[in-house]
Amino acid sequence: MSDIPADLRFAESHEWARLEADGTVTVGISDHAQEALGDVVFVELTEVGTVFAAGGQSGVVESVKAASDIYSPVAGEVIAINEELSANPELLNSDPYGAWIFKLKPSNAGDLDKLLDAAGYKAAIGE
Amino acid sequence: MGQRTPLYDLHLALGAKMVDFGGWDMPLHYGSQVEEHHQVRRDCGVFDVSHMTVIDVSGAQAKAWLQHLLANDVERLHSSGRALYSTMLNEHGGIVDDMIVYRLDDGYRLVVNASTRDQDLAWMQAHLAGFDVQLNERAEMAMLAIQGPHARHKISELVTQSRGNLIQSLKPFEGQPDGDWFIARTGYTGEDGLEIILPANQAPGFFNDLVGAGISPIGLGARDTLRVEAGMNLYGQDIHQDVSPLASNMAWSIAWEPASRQFIGRDALEAERAGGVKHKLVGLVLEERGVLRAHQVVRIANVGEGEITSGSFSPTLSKSIALARVPMATADRAEVEIRGKWYPVRVVKPTFVRHGKTLI
Repeated sequence: MSDIPADLRFAESHEWARLEADGTVTVGISDHAQEALGDVVFVELTEVGTVFAAGGQSGVVESVKAASDIYSPVAGEVIAINEELSANPELLNSDPYGAWIFKLKPSNAGDLDKLLDAAGYKAAIGE
Repeated sequence: MGQRTPLYDLHLALGAKMVDFGGWDMPLHYGSQVEEHHQVRRDCGVFDVSHMTVIDVSGAQAKAWLQHLLANDVERLHSSGRALYSTMLNEHGGIVDDMIVYRLDDGYRLVVNASTRDQDLAWMQAHLAGFDVQLNERAEMAMLAIQGPHARHKISELVTQSRGNLIQSLKPFEGQPDGDWFIARTGYTGEDGLEIILPANQAPGFFNDLVGAGISPIGLGARDTLRVEAGMNLYGQDIHQDVSPLASNMAWSIAWEPASRQFIGRDALEAERAGGVKHKLVGLVLEERGVLRAHQVVRIANVGEGEITSGSFSPTLSKSIALARVPMATADRAEVEIRGKWYPVRVVKPTFVRHGKTLI
């Protein structure tokens, strides 16, 4: 059983999104995703200023096993990337909900409602 | 559902993530593939390799038959207990499989790949005509690999005194029976270690004893990164029926002498050698961040293109490495295409790590 925090929203492609108090959205990958990927050894980060549509390809996580695309769960402009992942990509394994990947200024904060809630994601991954 | 080794339930109990490998349900890792890799390089670990196929060859003409079947020459096995690595070729010089051959008191023992079992047995049966040879697949046996610098020392203290003494006395590439066990100092990791073939019903107890004694179980994931670092080819990936040992960094495993030994594929190999071998297998090291993967294109300026056959992150080197088949006239630098971008790589001899030491 993977960890699925109740305060987060999830994309079916296994990213999590958290609406912050300042209206920005923080994005990472779920515990289920890191578990499936295995040891993460490299994260190809996007760049600050990039604008994504919802579902836009926004980076790559490489584990020992395979490369896996990251998709932006909502539309918006990247305002920060987690540089710490360059040196310590394994943080995605050890702390998937602490190790965020990028932060967005969403085009429409209401888009988060279109994502799965914890119960919906739990059902989506068959747990 | 795939085939299961006698250790299947134990793998699940140890928390293994299981995957399909050549039709077998095998452990990929038990938590962290990278940690398991380090464990083998620094200490030791135990692998379930019971999916591999063990075939005993007996009969008055066992030696003559193997001299016909294999590119390496079992004549080199001067005494019982010695082992050698060989390929088995088709008439075009392509590799049907690779294997280890152990000489026994009354014949030979072959250990071939799991994924090629059916084609190997069919090939062997098809070439038995005229030879007084019997093949006996030992499907009732399990096989464990215990690998790492401390493997022999640790295992010798966990078995009977007789087996412990045997383990201490084995030289590299030797294997001897002890009762219903067969203990060999061989492996697929680039470290010292053992491969033990034992009756399936004894395997779970022994595996459990080893884990209880603090020897970590290691999955196929780490087995793959260890063998890539050691520059060892994987059948179906780096070598297959359309490439020869000459194009696979395995010319050393071909016994050309005596010239009168007509093994299957010899004529094709001689023609390939005479015409100039076109390709070779090299190692690649990515100096930038990223991960090399099988089938990525390799570009060598003014020479041509090649292809990665095995690529991975190397836990020992903390960078990505690969085996690649490239034109013979390769340079010491090349480029690899990863997701549409070209990355510079170093071209090296395909042995990255041996006995815990970095060689590149």
